[in-house]
Amino acid sequence: MPEQLLFTIEVFLNGLMAGVLYALVALGFVLIYKASGIFNFAQGVMALFAAMTLYGIMNGQVPFAHLINAIFSTEIHYFGWNVPALAAIVLTMGVMVLFSWLVQRYIFRYLVGQEPIILFMATIGLAYFLEGVGDLMWGSDIKTLEVGLPQGGNFWIEDNTRWLGFGNEEFYGFFIDSLDIVASVVAAVLVLGLVLFAQYTKQGRAMRAVADDHQAALSVGVSLNFIWILVWSLAGFVALVAGIMWGAKSGVQFSLSLIALKALPVLMLGGFTSIPGAIVGGLIIGVGEKLFEFLIGLPYLGGATENWFAYMLALIFLLFRPQGLFGEKIIERV
Amino acid sequence: MKYRLGTWAVAATMAASPVMADLVFPSLSYRTGPYAANGIPFADGYADYFTLLNERDGGIGGVPVRVPECETGYNTEKGVECYESTKGDGALVYQPLSTGITYQLIPKATADGIPVHSMGYGRTSAKDGTVFRNIFNYPANYWDGASYAIKHLLQVNDGSLEGKKIALVYHNSAYGKEPIRTLEELSEKHGFELMLLAVDHPGQEQKSQWLQIRRERPDNVIMYGWGVMNQVAIQEAANIRFPMENFIGIWWSGSENDVRPAGAAADGYKALAFHNVGDDFPVFEDIQTYVVDAGKAAGAGDQIGTVLYNRGLYAAMLAAEAARTAQEIHGVDEITSEMMRDGMEALSITEERMTELGLPNFGPTFEVSCENHGGGGFVAMAQWSATDDQWRLISDYEQSDQDVIGPLIAEDAAAFASENNITPGCN
Repeated sequence: MPEQLLFTIEVFLNGLMAGVLYALVALGFVLIYKASGIFNFAQGVMALFAAMTLYGIMNGQVPFAHLINAIFSTEIHYFGWNVPALAAIVLTMGVMVLFSWLVQRYIFRYLVGQEPIILFMATIGLAYFLEGVGDLMWGSDIKTLEVGLPQGGNFWIEDNTRWLGFGNEEFYGFFIDSLDIVASVVAAVLVLGLVLFAQYTKQGRAMRAVADDHQAALSVGVSLNFIWILVWSLAGFVALVAGIMWGAKSGVQFSLSLIALKALPVLMLGGFTSIPGAIVGGLIIGVGEKLFEFLIGLPYLGGATENWFAYMLALIFLLFRPQGLFGEKIIERV
Repeated sequence: MKYRLGTWAVAATMAASPVMADLVFPSLSYRTGPYAANGIPFADGYADYFTLLNERDGGIGGVPVRVPECETGYNTEKGVECYESTKGDGALVYQPLSTGITYQLIPKATADGIPVHSMGYGRTSAKDGTVFRNIFNYPANYWDGASYAIKHLLQVNDGSLEGKKIALVYHNSAYGKEPIRTLEELSEKHGFELMLLAVDHPGQEQKSQWLQIRRERPDNVIMYGWGVMNQVAIQEAANIRFPMENFIGIWWSGSENDVRPAGAAADGYKALAFHNVGDDFPVFEDIQTYVVDAGKAAGAGDQIGTVLYNRGLYAAMLAAEAARTAQEIHGVDEITSEMMRDGMEALSITEERMTELGLPNFGPTFEVSCENHGGGGFVAMAQWSATDDQWRLISDYEQSDQDVIGPLIAEDAAAFASENNITPGCN
């Protein structure tokens, strides 16, 4: 195969993998928006907070240690124990459920029936609050997350695709990051789990009922309060998974909260209310931006086109399908 | 009632007035936001050195030092607000710790007569003191860094880079683009091919750039990154099995924060440095005694001896030495920002003085003058040992290629002077 074609395929495959990671972030947005109509600006910060909490629990860090030490003139930082990764993930999930309850109890309970923009503004406030609390709880240093995820290019794929170059010295097999492969499997399991949960469990059906029509769901005895806590908890779980995957790449640090920016074009393209939309949107954005960078950006435009091209691509789709690829078409009768 | 109101007004005015008895060194810090992990150690080092001077020596020349801190979040607008809100407090010098903020402060600080010290960042041509009267960037600048990186590569390649390919992975901002012109000149001079790869802020996703590096196989990669971009780049380099000893970061890509997330894979990564690393210097014993043990350490007190803490400490030391020089020149203890500028312009850092300060071989020796606000451009190379979890200097401080950099600085400074109707000169 010609070298350029092989490289294009490599870029395509890596675009798919990047797209899965974008979709992971977008999923959290979709879950909350679908069930409550809230565009959760704090989703990226939730990923950061969840990853920080996971690190803190795993390493036996004392939450709010700096604050405690400053007030009481103590010098405590660690409990002195380490928690295995799996147990720490479960405990972190507990923290995210508690967070969901607090958000529901102290913010959104008072905002029922408000305009979407008010709810959106509340999530902006929540994002800033959570950023500060996260730093106070766990510190703002860069944390290395060691949950046993593989790092580095996958040698097996590299070695077993080298023959595609037919002796071409310039081609040394496809590069696929092992972490990206794991992220793809995890994302697939996550989506399957969410779909099965929504289709076949009582709570899942209630969640769908609330998503369809709040008032109708209320009238048949579904507790809106419970469902919203459930949805925020699920979004918290998705945030935790996204935080682990992205945090494994760069360490857990503030910039994790900015991954939400990567989810926005995915949502615009896939629609705010569709789980398959988030996945397909993520893949299209991932592949689109990587191919554009490889074929046009790097050779002709000096590179660094990915950030703006993702939004351009989403915009082009919006011209033809304003509701996104899988979004619900809104028909307003006058 | 009138009497009480009057008393309050007088008290408020007194409280708002600058306390002239102190020497004020504002710290434009960032302890929050995406770059907090880097901003915190620098701010701690800056504050701790001045605390040490206060506690041990009673300040500088017997005048206590005050370090009001203002949070910029590494945001240019907030940085300018911090400058505006603190300049009336008797500020002697600003360390903006951001190229963006520095660019905004160049005209403002010049108009206000307050010096700015952009140490290892900011506008490179500010080295020309005949044009940039109030801006100083000693002991080294971005172009010195780029030039020394090439000098180091010449040394490890038997003096020739002919036919080699060198990639620059840079933050797609004014900062990241700074070395391009220098590297282009050096590529012509030494016959290597230069490959440019921009990374957009914040740099969390760099797959395209590193796939390109894997395809093009450059012999060396130089990085001008900041924040998460550094950690991701080092991890991606490890992922494609790029040899770490061929990967050189600028000093803003060379702290513990940048290498630790990649673990053992970061072993051998190199970074440029204009000051020494670690805490094996006498001054740290004094910091322990007078600052840490006295419970006066800045922040959590857990950054002492890290690369960026040392940079903050070094910046504070240079500011204190300039203030001391200003006191000597003008024969007064309570100096103004104009006097501070004179002190900075007459600063002479010798090895004897560094040893007296408890910082032997901590940084290069240099002298500042009206024509040269940037020092001698001496830079060293550091290398990360993942096994020992520490940086080490692997070279002496060596001068960058002034034959290339000098004309570039003169050209850029002349353009700035022309655009801003400045008549270059020393009076």
